[in-house]
Amino acid sequence: MSNKTDSNSYTVLFAIGMVLVVGALLAFTASSLRPMISANQKIEKQQNILYAMGINENEGSSFAFVSKDKVEGEFGKYIKKQLVIENNVPAEDDKAYLIDIKKQQTLAKDGKVRKLPLFVGEKDGKTFYIAPIRGKGLWDAIWGYVAMDKNMVVQGVFFDHKGETPGLGANIKQRYFMDDFTGEDLMSNGQFKGIAVSKSNNDPKNEDKTDNEVDAIAGATITGDGVAAMIKSELKLYVPYFKTLK
Amino acid sequence: MGLLSKKDAKLITDPLADNNPITIQVLGICSALAITAELQASIVMSISVLFVLGVGNVVISLMRNIIPSKIRIIVQLIVVAALVIIVDQVLKAFAYELSKTLSVFVGLIITNCIIMGRFEAFALGNGPWRSFLDGIGNALGYAVILVTVGFFRELLGSGTLLGFKVLGDPIEKTGLYAIGYENNGFMLLSPMALIVVGIIIWVQRSRNKALIED
Repeated sequence: MSNKTDSNSYTVLFAIGMVLVVGALLAFTASSLRPMISANQKIEKQQNILYAMGINENEGSSFAFVSKDKVEGEFGKYIKKQLVIENNVPAEDDKAYLIDIKKQQTLAKDGKVRKLPLFVGEKDGKTFYIAPIRGKGLWDAIWGYVAMDKNMVVQGVFFDHKGETPGLGANIKQRYFMDDFTGEDLMSNGQFKGIAVSKSNNDPKNEDKTDNEVDAIAGATITGDGVAAMIKSELKLYVPYFKTLK
Repeated sequence: MGLLSKKDAKLITDPLADNNPITIQVLGICSALAITAELQASIVMSISVLFVLGVGNVVISLMRNIIPSKIRIIVQLIVVAALVIIVDQVLKAFAYELSKTLSVFVGLIITNCIIMGRFEAFALGNGPWRSFLDGIGNALGYAVILVTVGFFRELLGSGTLLGFKVLGDPIEKTGLYAIGYENNGFMLLSPMALIVVGIIIWVQRSRNKALIED
């Protein structure tokens, strides 16, 4: 047996055959499942946006999105306008939630004009402005949605991540971390300041809403800093638009 | 032992204690350190490894007579990587929520030394049924340690188990916290996982006669 499988030609043929079989198998799986995966991703984006503006199925301290079958209807009901801001000029676009933030960030890096999506939602007579943000955590991308009122006071957030450490950085998508942001002011004395994720603030119960700080997660310094950095760099871009609302 | 012969049953029971992949063979330590800060993550990882190791061992065992020995490591890598990617894609299509929880573990499964170790040491030389049992046994041995470490790290580090606050609320100062108990934040960091694994190894070696060296 060993004579046959040890020859160079057999090895090369086996390698080629293996690559072809595995490659075909993976390509087939990926392309046949793609429509379902992208439908799931679309639903997820809508759920995330609605979650940030407080439309979810949380009970007590549990965490739950609007259910999959209801999300399409709820999204149409609560999100009144989808805007794309280019060069500080807003325009309506009902596909704005599908804009790939990562691609837009690359465009901006190359010196091109970046599209900034913004979703205007209404619930109980209150208007919410929801902006997507994206940045870097410790291992990989982190992203989220921040719902604000017209004075840039946070009304709710949703964070997610690709591969942060479970139990540490991955906890940015836990209620206890996200809920702390609600009510925090992004401005300080009329200037945009962002919200820092602080290890040293003396406000673990988060009662001071104007300190531009929330309490950090122990053991997740770099992920926390990433959250603060993406809030600062991304939401800053929306400041000119919010000025026009006053 | 109606279902399994004595020899086959040993394939399952051995890795649970006397030949545990983590504490005796010291394989799979990397993921044992990385993801045991929470009990839930430990359990999810254990189930994933159970699946990949069980199926992977069978696939490698079926191919064992046609794999050229010069490139066998690469073949093993391709099998495990393909398996993990297919599972990930299928989950993304049919169980999206679950796949989001698992996505972090995908990379960790592919590089898990236990998987490569079992392919190389067992599946290449044994039939599919025995390889399957060996895969399940080793994955269970891995799971036992992972869950134990996860249990202590989450309990002592965050005061919770599976997310439930079993010791009271640290901010509201209820339960144990009312009498001055504090969470040990150090338990959440990887070095403490190594120390916990070390303690398990110590306890196991001092109690199990077969493992005591002169």
